[in-house]
Amino acid sequence: MTYRRHRPVFTPQPDRGGRAGRHAVLIAMICLLGGCITVKAPDKPIVIELNVTIKQEVVYRLAGDAAQTIDKNAEIF
Amino acid sequence: MRNVVTAGSLAALVPALLLLVAPQIAGAQARDPAYAAARAEGKVGEQVNGYLGFVVPAAPDLRKVIEDINIKRRAVYAEKAKTANATIEEYALTSGCLLISHTTPGEKYQAPDGTWQTRGAGAPVRDPRCP
Repeated sequence: MTYRRHRPVFTPQPDRGGRAGRHAVLIAMICLLGGCITVKAPDKPIVIELNVTIKQEVVYRLAGDAAQTIDKNAEIF
Repeated sequence: MRNVVTAGSLAALVPALLLLVAPQIAGAQARDPAYAAARAEGKVGEQVNGYLGFVVPAAPDLRKVIEDINIKRRAVYAEKAKTANATIEEYALTSGCLLISHTTPGEKYQAPDGTWQTRGAGAPVRDPRCP
């Protein structure tokens, strides 16, 4: 009995965003070539609002320590 | 009547003199006279961020003195913040809260809105997070 060699059968793989991915890469490349993104330096200086990130509980935790520091370094306070 | 300085009165004077001199010996604790004067005159004030600020444009000499103090403050804040597991800004803001409270009537301090205020008899306007 002879076995016929099967021709390799092309089974379509589930599309894992392949086409979209390729498109994204293409767009990215075009952007790189054409310079789609222009970053303009801001006219005004960048102000980082640190106040927002400091929480009240931190201030309370540090208050005692800071009071001592101020007392011990009175010449600069 | 002539004043006669006896050994007894001298012995009593020595501790009294020492008491007078002691603050100068511990001179590191005294404010720089230029800073003390500028503070009293309202030329510089305590900012919310824990550093001194200029209420009015300062002469170069004064500017140097105040900037030096701010550099020293920053160094102290940095060291203390590290041991307290906090950021310099957190430690400095906390100190700012206390320093604004410590201002005496007539001295300048910065309100949370950034404006300079003159300390009155009452409590100063401080950041809502202040203890």
